[in-house]
Amino acid sequence: MDGVSFVLTSTVVVAATCLASAVVLLIAERYLANYGPCTIDINQGSKKLEVRGGKPLLATLMQQQIFIPSACGGRGTCAYCKVKITDGAPPIAPTELTLLTDEEQQKNVRISCQVKVRNDLAIEIPEALFRVKQFTGVVERMRDLTHDIRELRIRLVEPAAIEFTPGQYVQLEAPAYGDNPEPVYRAYSISSPPSDKGHVELIIRLVPNGICTTWVFTMLKEGDEVRFNGPYGEFRLAEGDAEMVWIAGGSGMAPFWGMTRHMREHNVQRPCTYFFGAVAQRDLFFTDEFHDLEKAMPGFRFVPALSGAENDGWTGEKGLITQVVERHLKDGSGKEGYLCGSSGMIDASVKILKAKGIPEDRIFYDKFT
Amino acid sequence: MTDPSHAGGAAHLLVILVSAALTDNILLTRFLGMCSFLAISRQMKASVGLGLAVTFVTTITCAINAALYVWVLRPYGLESLQLILFIVVIAAFVQFMEMLIERLSLGLYYALGIFLPLITVNCAVLGAALFMTNRNYGVTEGLVFGFGSGFGWMLAIVLMAGIRERLKTARIPPALEGPGITLIIAGIIALGFVGFSGMVQP
Repeated sequence: MDGVSFVLTSTVVVAATCLASAVVLLIAERYLANYGPCTIDINQGSKKLEVRGGKPLLATLMQQQIFIPSACGGRGTCAYCKVKITDGAPPIAPTELTLLTDEEQQKNVRISCQVKVRNDLAIEIPEALFRVKQFTGVVERMRDLTHDIRELRIRLVEPAAIEFTPGQYVQLEAPAYGDNPEPVYRAYSISSPPSDKGHVELIIRLVPNGICTTWVFTMLKEGDEVRFNGPYGEFRLAEGDAEMVWIAGGSGMAPFWGMTRHMREHNVQRPCTYFFGAVAQRDLFFTDEFHDLEKAMPGFRFVPALSGAENDGWTGEKGLITQVVERHLKDGSGKEGYLCGSSGMIDASVKILKAKGIPEDRIFYDKFT
Repeated sequence: MTDPSHAGGAAHLLVILVSAALTDNILLTRFLGMCSFLAISRQMKASVGLGLAVTFVTTITCAINAALYVWVLRPYGLESLQLILFIVVIAAFVQFMEMLIERLSLGLYYALGIFLPLITVNCAVLGAALFMTNRNYGVTEGLVFGFGSGFGWMLAIVLMAGIRERLKTARIPPALEGPGITLIIAGIIALGFVGFSGMVQP
């Protein structure tokens, strides 16, 4: 057999074998992996969905416009998409075991991206998730607040308005680019007040090699279309008029920037001290705005603090934010703590606040992960 | 190629079967398919399930691959393609199996977990197909050889699962717990299987 015909017959044989295998698999998928119509009952009959079985629960719910928080895009790594399945759940998959505690397993909590819909299911989700929607918007303004923190102001297009409470977050979609074959979602707190229904503002800090933040800092431009879903989250100001202690660092500013403006608009006179930690003066932002708000709101105090060694000309507070809180806060009894920032900062701050007498159930936080 | 239909064909096939399952046990004399063997043999139920799945996959893929080899590759002089094509056939068939098991037995599907797709790269399955072409088997012989190899693999993993069930209550030196003691036991069983050698000559 000469070279040319060898190459030709090899190609034909390999192609034919692959094609035959593919056809067999397609037919099998059509008939074997088709689980027909299934019903998903949500929160004991408060909503009933008719869906086609065969896909993961998370994706199936998303098709029905019910958005469960998820950051990894259904790969079973972030463990955000937990859902309680009260009836019809398949056995726990090995991929779920590492993400669920024993207590969660007993309470029928499951990782919804790892559970396939094969039969009728009954699930329970927080009512608030019904309000979660998929939004499209346009970047109206993008400005650098510091050398590595950027503010996005997004004008909503579809739907044109959003309802949320200050402190909640949305999940911004970073589209597929470069080495990143699928869109990923990252959570950012809304920093605008809820009265501005047609816009959301986000404060985003550049994370080296972060998929979403790199996209925001290097590719996104004013006028571009963006997609996000939300609002999510239980972080909010508790009812009542207890005195508040806020502690934040870096882009942990976001929920508090929204809360302060919300309090100003509604003339809330609740006493509040806001400790904001940074390394150097170049990491501070909104300082003038907060000092103006201090004048307009009698009970409100803004305490920025720098932890870096070289800060010539800085007359404000110095040291780690926990040390500053330690110095300023005399007695925490009857007060409430609100924290937003990295997990290290939050763990250290919770310790200080508890030592100062704020009970653990009056300390609320939003931890970056 | 030996014609399986000649006189004494049944005896010939029996010899192939026994030698593949016992004297030339693919796991214990060739040490193929060790990784799922070590991981799954902890549980008896999953071992039987995986053993059945491997037996089934090996039997059918050996028959398909033998047909492909005898009727397509050899007539056209394309023996050099056997490696890639065998893998394509095995991968497609395992995918098919996965859908089938998920449909028929969810319990088995979850018990096998990650090892079900991993049958694709279970070297025992590919090894059986390659040994088969080395020995110039036809389609029927390939089918029998594949069944024998898969059955032998299942025999080994079920033996091991039974022993490891007993090991749960045994006192094992801490340094040998897990894979250590399992490999030593596999070695001892393999020595035992050497005793079968010479009994049959395929």
